[in-house]
Amino acid sequence: MTQLSARLALGPLLYHWSADRRRALYQAVAADGPYDTVVLGETVCAKRETPPVMEAMAEAEVALKAAGRAVIRPTIGLAVAEEEVTALETVARTANAGALVEANDVGALALLSGQPHQIGPMVNVYNEGTLTALAERGATCVTLPWELPMDNVVALAGTAKRLGIDCGVTVFGRAPLAISARCYHARANGLHKATCRLICEQDPEGLEVETLDGDPFMVVNGLQTQAFAVTLIVREIPKLIEAGVTVLRVSPLDMDMVAVGNAYADLLAGRASVEEAEDRLLDLLEDHEVANGFLHNAPGADWVAAE
Amino acid sequence: MNAVPMELVCPAGTPAALDAAIEAGADAVYFGFRDRTNARNFPGLNFSPKELAEGIETCNARGARPMIAINTYPDASDDSLWRRNVDICAEAGAGAVILCDMGLAGYATKRHPDLRLHLSVQASASNAPSVQFYRDAFNIRRVVLPRVMTVEQIAALTAAVPDVETEVFVFGGLCVMAEGRCSMSGYATGISPNKDGACSPASHVRYEEQGEIMTSRLGNFTLNRFGAGEAAGYPTPCKGRYRVQGREMHLFEDPCSLDATSLLPDFARAGVTALKVEGRQRGKAYVAQVVKSLKAAIAGQTATDPTATRRFMEAGGATTGVYSGAWH
Repeated sequence: MTQLSARLALGPLLYHWSADRRRALYQAVAADGPYDTVVLGETVCAKRETPPVMEAMAEAEVALKAAGRAVIRPTIGLAVAEEEVTALETVARTANAGALVEANDVGALALLSGQPHQIGPMVNVYNEGTLTALAERGATCVTLPWELPMDNVVALAGTAKRLGIDCGVTVFGRAPLAISARCYHARANGLHKATCRLICEQDPEGLEVETLDGDPFMVVNGLQTQAFAVTLIVREIPKLIEAGVTVLRVSPLDMDMVAVGNAYADLLAGRASVEEAEDRLLDLLEDHEVANGFLHNAPGADWVAAE
Repeated sequence: MNAVPMELVCPAGTPAALDAAIEAGADAVYFGFRDRTNARNFPGLNFSPKELAEGIETCNARGARPMIAINTYPDASDDSLWRRNVDICAEAGAGAVILCDMGLAGYATKRHPDLRLHLSVQASASNAPSVQFYRDAFNIRRVVLPRVMTVEQIAALTAAVPDVETEVFVFGGLCVMAEGRCSMSGYATGISPNKDGACSPASHVRYEEQGEIMTSRLGNFTLNRFGAGEAAGYPTPCKGRYRVQGREMHLFEDPCSLDATSLLPDFARAGVTALKVEGRQRGKAYVAQVVKSLKAAIAGQTATDPTATRRFMEAGGATTGVYSGAWH
């Protein structure tokens, strides 16, 4: 088995977890996790940044940096309300003090242009023209949107390589499908965004949405709506890396994220074959449904089996 | 208050609808090509390159500003179709091109520096720094605001970026998600609204009748079920009925349409430049009636028949959406 050269990144926690649950995740990742980079911060809803949560996240940053991990601060994904725009600008300004910032709302680019920064998967990067425009303004790493098919990813990764910037693809986690100014988590519980009582905390992997036939379809996570099926990309990884993908991103779920990262790390290091790594990840996912349809130009909910 | 009345920007999915819009008094008409560059890429709609150039000519001759939507995200490896369409617009004398992709905007500003660029709602620019970025990077002159902002937030934005005009939707279908950032339909169908220009493409929609019950499906997923006498709406994922915590509900939105006519004075005070009517998939009767009624409202006249536009609404009637703030 050959070694594959790419770095492993842990994406931002998309769910609203209690301070203790966050501590447990990031302490484990700092102690044992194979992730080179951790994207640490809120991307879904600024209301979740309560003082206990902020304290836990600050502790996580210290622990992760002490363990030698690169820590990247993401901006919020959709800034509309005044407090959201303020949160966006506050994170973006930390770049002036040398922090690595990932833009997830284009508004951040007004502040980040001209200095090194990263582009998260919530920014619409579909083609070489956009990728080049972003690189010209200081982007050093672009993590591509979840819905891109393989031929598009291959083309963009090749361009990123020529531009001398990193290109990331998310290989694990629930794909965000939509974001709104309205909170459907609150609405499902008879509440509004303004009066939500952070009800999203009660669902550590989001609130399941079934069709009227009882088929699981989506998951509501605060302002965000996600795929029900978990994106699982493994056997495609050699091709992605060959094309120029340099960062594999894992999006946290409520499970042993160290073990998930280790499965990918073993694949990259040549200690596990793609079949072995995929089997390990499927075991860890237990009864989660999996999907890889977006990458295979199929409905995103589909699982396209190996040939 | 604005010194000039707000501009009314009207949809045209066909040359006939374009004529109807101009006839009814539209200040501007927006339309697009019959291909994947168009976020309303539905069969039987839109304009061939020849029809589109003729449409631009008709608008210019009759005093309505032609705006062309090239508002999907171009393919990696081959964005030639998108570039070609921008070139056609520039040569034909379009009043503006409405686009969302940074790469395409970069091409348009370099190749056609005199072509006026509007930022499509598909770019989902919902805050002042975002609008400033598009202005500075791509010389965007107007932004079509996503339907996620309140009137107050719009007023703050126009005050913060006074040199970029704003255009807001006042009537028609209501996207409840941030536009241009929604993969729900692609999750069910494999057709991307952002890349292919179609949310819930007809090719993937099925209606199944069982006795008096009508079930609507998108791809492999049931989106809704209607009893006898219930109007069966078109199955887009955000308008579906789902089961959440054991309860059946319209999780994302009740089946209603946007009508913000009552907020026109507020939009004027908020510094909005233009008002947009959704509905390039609608017929000329819709265009004619809605344009007439909104023109009257902008002029401060009460519509002769305030119920005239109601028949174009979805089953649940009208909402002012997020604009009035209570919708959250």
